[in-house]
Amino acid sequence: MSKLDVNKIRSDFPVFQDQSLVYLDSAATTQKPHQVIDAISEFYSHSYANVHRGIYNLSFKATEAYHGARLKAQKFINAKDWQSIIFTGGTTESINLVAHSWGRKNLNMGDEILITEMEHHSNIVPWQLIAEDRGAILKYIPINQDGTLDLSDLGTLLSDKTKLVSIIHQSNVFGTINPIQEIINKAKKVGAITLIDAAQSAPHDTLDVQDMDCDFLALSGHKMLGPTGIGILYGKLDIIEGMEPFMGGGDMINSVTMSKSTWNDAPYKFEAGTPNIAQAVGFGAAIDYLDQLGMQNVSEYLQDLKLYALIQLKAIEGIKVYGHTKNKSSSVISFNLQDVHPHDLAQFLDQDNIAVRAGHHCAQPVMDKLGISSTIRASLYIYNTKADIDKLCDSLVKTAKFFRGL
Amino acid sequence: MNDLQDLYQQVIIDHNHNPRNFKEIEQASHVAKGHNPLCGDKIDIYIIIKDNLITDVGFTGSGCAISKASSSLMTEALIGKSIDEADHLFEKVHDMLTKGKADIEGIGKLAVLSGVHKFPARVKCAILPWRTLKNALENKDQIAVTE
Repeated sequence: MSKLDVNKIRSDFPVFQDQSLVYLDSAATTQKPHQVIDAISEFYSHSYANVHRGIYNLSFKATEAYHGARLKAQKFINAKDWQSIIFTGGTTESINLVAHSWGRKNLNMGDEILITEMEHHSNIVPWQLIAEDRGAILKYIPINQDGTLDLSDLGTLLSDKTKLVSIIHQSNVFGTINPIQEIINKAKKVGAITLIDAAQSAPHDTLDVQDMDCDFLALSGHKMLGPTGIGILYGKLDIIEGMEPFMGGGDMINSVTMSKSTWNDAPYKFEAGTPNIAQAVGFGAAIDYLDQLGMQNVSEYLQDLKLYALIQLKAIEGIKVYGHTKNKSSSVISFNLQDVHPHDLAQFLDQDNIAVRAGHHCAQPVMDKLGISSTIRASLYIYNTKADIDKLCDSLVKTAKFFRGL
Repeated sequence: MNDLQDLYQQVIIDHNHNPRNFKEIEQASHVAKGHNPLCGDKIDIYIIIKDNLITDVGFTGSGCAISKASSSLMTEALIGKSIDEADHLFEKVHDMLTKGKADIEGIGKLAVLSGVHKFPARVKCAILPWRTLKNALENKDQIAVTE
């Protein structure tokens, strides 16, 4: 018996007032509970002003709310210091911040950056840009055909030339949960800095940055019930204190003269300009919502639902599911249906009000490696039920029949 | 039968399962590549133009039923046309797909693609081969994209 009351959860999400909607694209972005929507509306209605500036009550309240969200994020990933939590626009900005602020200072000609072939474009392109800028070399841990990482050459890929290792925690294509602890530990032995892309893992599993002992971790609010435009970069304090700013502007300075400026302390040094205050408050409400459910319960519920989905999907003739083999995996399932192109299939599923993603999922190197141009991806979250999976499977069978019958 | 099934019924029966001119032409005088970044679909178009007349057209690549059918129908329609006529056909099909214009006189079998307009997410699929054609005719080196 699940510890989540899914009927209650569904009633918290205004979008599911349309009871026919089967939303299976949470790996792209999750729907929002009214608690998050209300928190944003409340904040704008009664507590809104700019932060860290006004000597008046409203600005004080806004600053408190903004800081409160930071403390919630700190607790959510069990960071030691609140100063380690930098608010960003999301995972992409977080990774770009590290590439820019850490990379420009610490990467030199011939230095190596190690990522994997499984990465989302957001954990490839920033490194390509900084590598080109600094004369550094970008290397990849290969993937196997079953959607797992091939770590057999990790010992050779890591060397004293490796300055940074940046790894996706859970694949947004296969759902594969990577053995990040093993990689972090080995990276540390050669003195490399480590970054974990937790965009997909943060909504699914308990994260503990002190336990992982990674140097950086990036995540997005909108993939875990929060609003768009907010995410965090966690960075170990001694590392981020030594980093140069990302963007220049207000709030990130100590003093500005015509000839020179000095920087504010972390995390403010990396938060130039008026931040996404209301989004941070909404993100805090999303964390509260997940905390109340308990991440352990969320994780168990999604594991059960994933197993059910895999069994039902694999029973359909002509379905090929990618990944989900021997390794642990999350509730992100990519597949193809024989005789039906993913794009055509998604269109037919949409006729039954089933939302899935069709395409390369911002991971073209992964698709190239598998020799396919695209897949259908169904990604599950706490508001999905076995009935959603049944509707998906019925629609798949119906569509296959239509295409094969022609 | 709903609009979507109706559309597919008409285009798939023939052209998705049995695309015409699905071939590479080694001695092509004009070639171009097309790419739909949204779904990863890719197409190559090969044309032989002699004395201002299109004498042969081929295409290869991977794509959804709509892009394949659109490519297949396009190759059939082009053979025997002059470059001016091909340009004119491009404009007509482009307007039909993007604006839903009903001026389908003289476009023959291509009229089955008029239903695509009702599915905005799919207009790009149908238009990709035509954008690629345009580049091939103009001998443009860059890859035609839908985004």
